[in-house]
Amino acid sequence: MTDSVQPGGGRSDLWRPNRSKSKRDELIVKFLFGACALLSIVTTAGILYTLLIETIKFFRQVPFTDFFFDTQWTPLFTDPQYGIFVLVSATFLTAFIGLLVAVPLGILAAVCLSEYAPRSVRAWLKPALEILAGVPSVVFGYFALLFVTPFLRTVMPFLGLQTFNGLSAGLVLGISILPIVASLSEDAIYAVPNSLRQASYAVGATKRETIINVVLKAALSGIVAAVILGVSRAVGETMIVTLAAGQNPTLTLDPRVAIQTMTSFIVQVAGGDVAVGTLKYDTLFAVGTSLFLITLSLNVFSFWFVRRFQEKYE
Amino acid sequence: MTTSDPNALPAKPPGGIDIAQGDFEPNLKRRYQYDNIFRIITWIATFIGLIVLAILILDTFLDGLPRLTGNFLTSFPSRRPEQAGIASSLVGTLWLLGITALFAFPIGVGAGIYLQEFASDNWFTRTLEINISNLAAVPSIIYGLLGLAMFVQLLGAITQGRSLLSGGLTLALLILPVIIVSTRESLKAVPDSLRLAGMALGSTRWQTVWSHVLPQAIPGIMTGTIIALSRAIGETAPLIVIGAQTFVAFLPNNPFSSFSAMPIQIYNWTSRPQEEFHTNAAAGIIVLLVVLLLMNGTAIYIRNRFQKQSL
Repeated sequence: MTDSVQPGGGRSDLWRPNRSKSKRDELIVKFLFGACALLSIVTTAGILYTLLIETIKFFRQVPFTDFFFDTQWTPLFTDPQYGIFVLVSATFLTAFIGLLVAVPLGILAAVCLSEYAPRSVRAWLKPALEILAGVPSVVFGYFALLFVTPFLRTVMPFLGLQTFNGLSAGLVLGISILPIVASLSEDAIYAVPNSLRQASYAVGATKRETIINVVLKAALSGIVAAVILGVSRAVGETMIVTLAAGQNPTLTLDPRVAIQTMTSFIVQVAGGDVAVGTLKYDTLFAVGTSLFLITLSLNVFSFWFVRRFQEKYE
Repeated sequence: MTTSDPNALPAKPPGGIDIAQGDFEPNLKRRYQYDNIFRIITWIATFIGLIVLAILILDTFLDGLPRLTGNFLTSFPSRRPEQAGIASSLVGTLWLLGITALFAFPIGVGAGIYLQEFASDNWFTRTLEINISNLAAVPSIIYGLLGLAMFVQLLGAITQGRSLLSGGLTLALLILPVIIVSTRESLKAVPDSLRLAGMALGSTRWQTVWSHVLPQAIPGIMTGTIIALSRAIGETAPLIVIGAQTFVAFLPNNPFSSFSAMPIQIYNWTSRPQEEFHTNAAAGIIVLLVVLLLMNGTAIYIRNRFQKQSL
């Protein structure tokens, strides 16, 4: 339109802006895009609403005390028991094993990437680690069940691992959350100003001493936040634990036996074409609500932690 | 080094520096040794992740490559593992990809533009921002429950229940936060001078954004969207929850069809006891990884190509 405009040419109407149309367009666009942004609130409301409604239905039939204090989880049996703690303990067992892998490896990798790796190496090392983050969880599940478990059983037969066990699931879970722990920790380490490192060198500390005593301490809030987010991811991870840890709800801290996490219970029941309005359907959402509350509090805690303890440098 | 005169030095504070114990001995040799050990440990830690990745890929390829013949791609699932294929789940995944992109791209980019270009900094905008970052951290299986209650049950009349449309919409909600955030990042990278110049010429905010800011930001937005989509098609859990099928012996040809998807098929084959199905799972994983690689490659290509152009 405007490209045919010639200053001083005859089509002077092109120079008369149609302000009312522009204003109207602006309003329409603002309204439409605002509605898009609002959809995120609607999504949150939808999640809260659906979880809440079905959970209330669930608690009309199952008393609170049973849900929190029963030591068995057998909702699919004729004599059902609803001790959510069975699933929660399994979830945290696998998440804990995952953390034993992801936290040391993640922090050390972050140190390596930001403090030791030369620029040229870092340029391909970081994307390579990000590939790990892009591997679908079902692939990790396949790997845990069909490679890690047989491997551990061959190398360490004395462990007495079952076909489904929390150990393999937890180990692979750790590898799957490693990228997020590493990359968020690296951001935190990267943000530590160089003056702190120089000051440490100036008083005679070596590089390792500087990293451990100065850099990591300055970055601690960010690293803790990264770890908490890692826990939240591990708790919500589904396919690895469903495939490798089994579907056998047992109250145990033994990583060698089959267990069932919250997420794998949801997969097991939802995968079996569950009818609406049944207690089974409501149980799905009661477990979902528990999972949602746990991950939400971890996320909120992580945000709060960064805000509260972040070191500010000028 | 010992001092005979106790008055020459202050008494040693508990846990403090003690010259007599050699606290001021630099002992550089030993410290540098520890330094070296520490450095090597960090390198090992970094490479453990990569080594596991390499083993994973190698193991899968060794298992699945022999199975990856032409008829694996064109066959339907079967009780006989050697005849089973991924045709219906591959097509299902492509459908999901399309539906998810159709909804997530415009809505995500719109929301990103609103938050970055139009919204004023008030409590409402901040609530939106906090909400979006919280949504990004909600486990995907919770989105599955949302999809089950919303799209499959509540809107079942429109979506026909456990259909491709329900699946695509669920995945769209799942990746919306990612697209919004990457849109905002791309818009943030466009220099403010462009906006000021546009406004100085009398254009409205939207005219400036549409004709000058967006063209600059589009490569970044595309890259972010493709990466988000590649995350969506690797998702298994939400699709299982909303009721994807594991045995679909037809090619879905409309969005209201029941469906399977590649991750679902891989999950199903992996969880069967027979060895032959595991081989199928490995072959399926190879196909899935190739699709993901193609998508990510496209994303990287777009980023590099347009980065060069804008310079």
